[in-house]
Amino acid sequence: MLMQQILNGVMLGSTYALIALGYTLVFGVLHLVHLAHGEVFMIGAFVGLQVVLWSGGGSLLAIVAASVAAAVIGMLIYLLTIRPILARKGHFLAPMISTIGIGIVLQEVATRTFGAEQVGFPNRLEATAWHIGPVTVTSVQLIILSVSLGLMAALHIFVTRSRMGMAMRAAAESSVISHTLGIRTDRIILLTFAIASALGGAAGVLVGLSFNAITPYMGVDMGIKGLAAMLLGGLGNIYGAMIGGMVIGVVEVISVAYLASSYRDAFAFIVIIAVLAIRPRGIFGSTHHVEG
Amino acid sequence: MIDHYTESILIFTCINIVLAISLYLPVSAGLLSLGQGGFMAIGAYLSAYMTTNYGWPFEVALVAGGLAAGFIGLIVGIPALRIKGVYLIIMTMGFGEIVRVFFLNFEPTGSASGLGGIPHYTTLPVAAFVAALFLFLCFQIRGSRIGRAIQAVREDELAAEVVGINLTRIKVGVFGLGAFTAGVGGGLYAHYAMFIEPAQFGFHRSAEIFIMVVLGGMGNFLGATLGAIAVTVLPELLRGLQEWRMTFFGTLLVIMMIVRPWGLIGAQR
Repeated sequence: MLMQQILNGVMLGSTYALIALGYTLVFGVLHLVHLAHGEVFMIGAFVGLQVVLWSGGGSLLAIVAASVAAAVIGMLIYLLTIRPILARKGHFLAPMISTIGIGIVLQEVATRTFGAEQVGFPNRLEATAWHIGPVTVTSVQLIILSVSLGLMAALHIFVTRSRMGMAMRAAAESSVISHTLGIRTDRIILLTFAIASALGGAAGVLVGLSFNAITPYMGVDMGIKGLAAMLLGGLGNIYGAMIGGMVIGVVEVISVAYLASSYRDAFAFIVIIAVLAIRPRGIFGSTHHVEG
Repeated sequence: MIDHYTESILIFTCINIVLAISLYLPVSAGLLSLGQGGFMAIGAYLSAYMTTNYGWPFEVALVAGGLAAGFIGLIVGIPALRIKGVYLIIMTMGFGEIVRVFFLNFEPTGSASGLGGIPHYTTLPVAAFVAALFLFLCFQIRGSRIGRAIQAVREDELAAEVVGINLTRIKVGVFGLGAFTAGVGGGLYAHYAMFIEPAQFGFHRSAEIFIMVVLGGMGNFLGATLGAIAVTVLPELLRGLQEWRMTFFGTLLVIMMIVRPWGLIGAQR
């Protein structure tokens, strides 16, 4: 029973981790909380669903399509609503407020385009379930787990091994110095938005698969959980976000199983408030991102 | 005298002014909150429950709702001392969500199906009186010692503390006062809408209150008032916008941040 709950929690948590990675990547390079990221995630889920419905393809196709669509939207958000503000050097919260605006726009556009009703993915992906000792694993769960873990591993390799990834970390460390060293910071930021949003889009399809329900409003709910995961791990910390997501997923599932199921959405925030009260920088946070 | 339609717009304008002030107060001390909808929900639910089930007089219920929200605000405000900027915004967002989930599951107030049959007490004179009262309060605060202390805290916390301003008292106090105001605004809203459900007080509501304050200008309560009026009246003036009103305000918010980040009124800092 407990093992099963932990497995379910890790599965849920890995999708939260993907969302949190998006927040944390953007925060790393711009010190900006990208409050429209939840909406990018939601659009990704809808695009994935539409592609599956039209082409009759499988979940992998949906994930790829969602990632591409989300990456495009993420880059547009940066180019249209964030870069003009950064160029003018306004109030330090102005870019964040701007992302609230674009998030509202995306949510309403999605409501008008796809309808406010909750929709699910076609069930042809369901099929098999395996029983390994006390634990039951379905094929959907396996897809979710392997895709999200795979994406996290790919991200790890990207930021530690590739030139682009290293440039990204350098820009996160100090955009001024990396710029003087010949890194085109602007392109790196754009790339960061693309990667962050692509991860969000993939997470959108995975969440759609696991709950079998997507609505235009899920961006806010899941977005807040992703934020919570990022906060738990420490702002701008990639590995912190991964672990933070897992922790929140496991806490949520276990609280549903052993405490009160109807309050599941509140538990994540109770964890957050506790973390903020005890260790405001998050578990792995350093102090130099504090002012945000 | 005035028709029903105009009256409803005026009442909503007054309610929104109260809500905008509820966010302006913490913002004036540099505490940004995206959880005002949560405080509003507390005030709305408590006052509506009392008038509907126990027949409390409206004024008493309104104040009780405000006090309950204010008390919760003080509790939430204490961790707000240690955190700021984005941390505070995320925490208040989380708080708003906790309140929404709480009312979604709280049986005595009808959980997800909402609380109906609330008496219609919020008339135009009442709403206008309450809004005027809070505007007067802001005006009084601005010119006072406390008002200058709040401004000092916003500009530079360290310097404020050095000259002997009690940071704890100012920050927690102003946050609690904002929560009280939001609670009263929620009470007014509940007794006008006559039906409330948790979804009305979600992130959207908090974001709308946030938009009012940001549009008007964050450093000035007249700015917040102007923002509240704009958010209420503009969609009515531009017919056909009703359908897309949030898109309009979202776009407006982005454009404002690019062109005039300090708001309609207010000095560039």
